Amino acid sequence: MCDRIFEKLNILADAAKYDVSCASSGSHRKNESKGLGTTGNGICHAYTEDGRCVSLLKILLTNHCIYDCCYCVSRRSNDIKRAAFTIEEVVDLTIHFYRRNYIEGLFLSSGIFKNADYTMERLVRIAKKLRTEHHFNGYIHLKTIPGASDELLQEAGLYADRLSVNIEMPTENSLRLLAPDKKREDMIGPMKYLKGAILQNREEKKVYKKTPLFVPAGQSTQMVIGATPETDLQILWMADQFYKKMDLRRVYYSGYIPISNDNRLPAIGTPVPMIRENRLYQADWLLRFYGFQVNEIVSLQDPHLDMDIDPKLSWALRHLDLFPLDINKADLHLVMRVPGIGIQSAKKICDARMFKKLNWEHLKKIGIAFNRAKYFIACNGTAFQKRDLTEKQIRHQILFVGNSKYRPNFSSQLKIF
Amino acid sequence: MNTVIYDGSFEGLLTAIFDVYEYRLKDACLTKYKDHQKNIFGNDHFTVTDPIKSARVWQGLQQRISQKAQGQVYKTYLSEIKRIENTILSYVQYVFRCATSVEYDYSDPSVLMVAETANKVAREKHRMEAFVRFQLTKDQLYYATVQPDYNVLPLIIKHFQKRYADQKWMIYDVQRRYGIFYDLSTTEFVEMIFNPETENGKNIGPCIAEEETLYQQLWQQYFSSVNIAARRNMNLHIRHMPKRYWKFLIEKRPVTDK
Repeated sequence: MCDRIFEKLNILADAAKYDVSCASSGSHRKNESKGLGTTGNGICHAYTEDGRCVSLLKILLTNHCIYDCCYCVSRRSNDIKRAAFTIEEVVDLTIHFYRRNYIEGLFLSSGIFKNADYTMERLVRIAKKLRTEHHFNGYIHLKTIPGASDELLQEAGLYADRLSVNIEMPTENSLRLLAPDKKREDMIGPMKYLKGAILQNREEKKVYKKTPLFVPAGQSTQMVIGATPETDLQILWMADQFYKKMDLRRVYYSGYIPISNDNRLPAIGTPVPMIRENRLYQADWLLRFYGFQVNEIVSLQDPHLDMDIDPKLSWALRHLDLFPLDINKADLHLVMRVPGIGIQSAKKICDARMFKKLNWEHLKKIGIAFNRAKYFIACNGTAFQKRDLTEKQIRHQILFVGNSKYRPNFSSQLKIF
Repeated sequence: MNTVIYDGSFEGLLTAIFDVYEYRLKDACLTKYKDHQKNIFGNDHFTVTDPIKSARVWQGLQQRISQKAQGQVYKTYLSEIKRIENTILSYVQYVFRCATSVEYDYSDPSVLMVAETANKVAREKHRMEAFVRFQLTKDQLYYATVQPDYNVLPLIIKHFQKRYADQKWMIYDVQRRYGIFYDLSTTEFVEMIFNPETENGKNIGPCIAEEETLYQQLWQQYFSSVNIAARRNMNLHIRHMPKRYWKFLIEKRPVTDK
């Protein structure tokens, strides 16, 4: 049995790794009856050599799949080894890894065998077994199988901390092109249902405190970028809609890793668009935490993010008339918009300036990225940068003077965009 | 200059701060007994740790700063950085000098230093919560060794006790030579006398349970399977998992035969 379990783990972890979500935060399941496990702010227990965190045991139940989505390794027409875990095997691995502090919990996804409900039911059964038989309170992230019935989703919600359905492609057209068997409605349907059920659960909680948890860490989704010609505007607009209309906690962007010779897709050997992915995440953060709107970051005239510099700096350079900002007077939400000042340092600045007027030395010590921020701030009425620099000059100085963290970006990798 | 010598404990440190006020010691410099060197020019003052005095200092802080800031002071002490006690002293003196809380006055060097040091310690605490790797022993104890940069074991008890409420576990700091042990009801600090073969608890090879090797190998298998070679980024890998922790991480050890 031993060798087979190693092989299964190899095949099914390998096939699951293209799902980028790894969050184990946002839930508040407690361990009250001396069971096993807790959830909290999330812990990354290890990092792979590609620098991504490992916080959950991320596996597929099986990589047998009836669909033929051309961007996916588990597609029906792909000639690869297939395997399937039994329910007991998944439960056993999860519990034993968890007890050794290797993981925060389980992220279970699956290829679709027979039909959506059949697959979803298996996933739910594993979560149920962990929660009820093993008193497991760690994090469980289940994939919502597109087209699964509401009853199964309801049950899944009782055991899982997070549910996610992957939207796969930023637009319906791309989906039709690359995953002809999948329908957009099948993905949006479960998302809508869960959104409603989560809201309802929240209302019930206000009345009865003991209402059981229902998907406490909410929903997330993922889209593949770089496989199809969408602009960053389309992608970010879509993400923004998900945040606003579907109450999603996270949208993940997965740079397409060429795995197929299909001529609808970038050829094997094309570099993974890692910088673009990174810029999209930066923009995503601006949307969620910094109070930016999509049209401030990308517009119809400029539908793509600047690959050389981050979206916040790029925004600031387009709005030089708003700067320099007086660090001792400006509101917190404006301080956060200065390139080189993050949320933490912005808060520190606003706390500290209640005691005395801050000067340049204080700012440097507080730990802002001074070399970037200096073009945009003023202290006690004087700007650090006395000359009136143009957008181009500032950009040039930040990029080329001193040790710019942007320098390694100027590789041939950029050329593909 | 007055050198105030204390025993190295947190209570001792607070008592020493009390003494600075009680004896009106000017230009006081706090130092641990083990680091003390006789100074021919100054006075030496030996502090006798006193729970009543230390409690008074702690309560004084409680009245002036938030619980979070008190936690920062404690974490700063746990950093064990050389001469950090003097930063704590000037922080406490600054707090006592002012009528309202100054915990956010980051333009003051000691406030900033305490906040930053506490952050460093908190980060190390978080790393320990992540990088502890338990090994199951034959007598059903989940055992892990660590060597944190700062003395963070007191800070991680709560997390592990809540999470692993139904298993016996022990985390042992091989550098500071003490551990925390949970016996299914409470967690206690323990000092150990190890069998010489175990290299002071670092190597418990013969004691591990039979199934343990299997799960270690499965974990190694999993760790290598989730890596995406096309995205290799060793700099990022090392930034997140600094090399000094590797020797305690099952997944970074050479793969053992199946």
